Amino acid sequence: MSERVFLKGNEAIARAALAAGMRCYFGYPITPQNDIPELLSAELPKAGGEFVQAESEVAAANMLLGAAACGVRAMTTSSSPGISLMQEAISYMAGSELPGVIVNMNRGGPGLGDIGPSQGDYYQATRGGGHGDYRTLVLAPGTVQEAYDLTMLAFDLAFHYRNPVMVLGDAILGQMKEPVTPHTPARTADPEAASWCLQGAVGRPGRIIKSLFLEDGALAGQNTRLAAKYQAMEAEVRAEQFLVEDAELVVVAYGSIGRIAKSTVRKLRNAGHKVGLVRPITLFPFPSAMLRALADQGKRFLTLEHNLGQMVDDVRLAIRTVADSAFHGHLPGNLPTPNDFEAPILTALGADH
Amino acid sequence: MQEIRVTNYPEVLVDRPTHYCPGCQHGIAHRLVAEALTDLGVVDKTIAVSSIGCSVFLYNYLNLDTVEAPHGRAPAVATGVKRARPDAVVFTYQGDGDLASIGMAEIMHCANRGERVTVIFVNNTVYGMTGGQMAPTTLVGQKTTTCPGGRCLEREGAPIRMSEIIASLGGTAYCERVAVNTVKNVLGAKKAIRKAFQYQLDGKGFSFVEVLSTCPTNWRMTPVAANERVASEMIPYFPLGTFKDIAATEGA
Repeated sequence: MSERVFLKGNEAIARAALAAGMRCYFGYPITPQNDIPELLSAELPKAGGEFVQAESEVAAANMLLGAAACGVRAMTTSSSPGISLMQEAISYMAGSELPGVIVNMNRGGPGLGDIGPSQGDYYQATRGGGHGDYRTLVLAPGTVQEAYDLTMLAFDLAFHYRNPVMVLGDAILGQMKEPVTPHTPARTADPEAASWCLQGAVGRPGRIIKSLFLEDGALAGQNTRLAAKYQAMEAEVRAEQFLVEDAELVVVAYGSIGRIAKSTVRKLRNAGHKVGLVRPITLFPFPSAMLRALADQGKRFLTLEHNLGQMVDDVRLAIRTVADSAFHGHLPGNLPTPNDFEAPILTALGADH
Repeated sequence: MQEIRVTNYPEVLVDRPTHYCPGCQHGIAHRLVAEALTDLGVVDKTIAVSSIGCSVFLYNYLNLDTVEAPHGRAPAVATGVKRARPDAVVFTYQGDGDLASIGMAEIMHCANRGERVTVIFVNNTVYGMTGGQMAPTTLVGQKTTTCPGGRCLEREGAPIRMSEIIASLGGTAYCERVAVNTVKNVLGAKKAIRKAFQYQLDGKGFSFVEVLSTCPTNWRMTPVAANERVASEMIPYFPLGTFKDIAATEGA
């Protein structure tokens, strides 16, 4: 399967989930991610899996919880307002240590917002999003190929850590068509789940999957275990570095914006400006150590986002004792082009323009 | 003197004191579920979905694989479980606040899709765990901590009759309302719960048993008076009987 195919980001996510051995999909219609359930409604049953159009995103996420409790690969996809409705179940899944993949093709907000791209859900994605103190792993693809690859990875990570994993794209990535090289992952099921999942209590006591810990000290113990797990997730940190070695200014941007910013960086490089790019691919865990190492080299920083400024908090936390980050926010409702980022980068460089 | 047991309880029922109040009928409902699963020989292929409310601790009393659902979402969780494990016997056990208020969307659509799951719906006309607030099933005139003057038809609407609603949905194969206030009714409830699971095993569709139940603590009544209220006030508004049985209509 090394043939390249021309796919939309949404299609790539659906196809990657199929290739990754997904057994159950639950979703509710919302723009701009409808290509995913539409494709899966036809293809997943053919592959022997179950497709359910849920009555709401609340129900879809709780169906995901149920399938996850059975140890099967399952996914739900939505966009911002729908992801808000899923937060209850995501919190329960984190508390119950259940694996599942949640895709958010971020659209404009707040409220109904629009159906265009936005990075307004960064805080929600990286701070747990629902009630209680927990984290989800967050993967932020910047290309359609990466959307394919990271969706596959999301299933592996969900089962490895027994934790919800979010793939955070946006309306640009979902609707953009690019060549993709499909492949089959090494792992398409998780036999290790047999040690904890629900199958019916054959020859053993019943298993209980829950997030209620009322007994004295029980919740503290659970939260300590979860904290250790979130710490262990640091091993998964991923980021792309582009022309940072001799850069005076490092632009930090993720997802589609990281990709657009890369074009700007390339253009300014050709004009002789010493600018580079760090594109975080995991948003939780965040590539703090990489940024800190660059700050230690005396580099300056500019964070570019498609929101009022959210990831910039994490950049500043990473480098706080040695440097600061400037910020430029391109507000949702407008589609940014590489040209839009030129002036902010040149200003941060202190260059004439 | 030699101990003589006049009755036995099924092994799946854990031998421990419950947290339920004196006179609460959850214990009877738990036992009837345990007996049905045992009689059908499906204990080791059953997955329970517990809900939020007094019966969240179902897993302490039934030795089954169990997943705890968020408030009202048990039918959605059960859908996920059944789709992932179609060979499992899957049931939810929900109270009236959980099922008929916050979980109304989930129960309606689970039934309408005809999910091959069984729902045990315990209706005691009140939110028990949180301290006796008004439920969607609270009877008109009934006093609760959030309708201290009694439920008012004009202000709070009429109590919802779930079995009648569930019976109207296409995916429902079997829907029955029972009570456990008398020996005769307990025997009827046992039969209904067993039948509901049998329909699931036969792949007939969604099955639903509403169990009218007492809550002496939140009704501010003795267990005896509470049990009498089931007959005097609840059954007249929530009539017992079969509201849908596709086998009967199919002539099977």
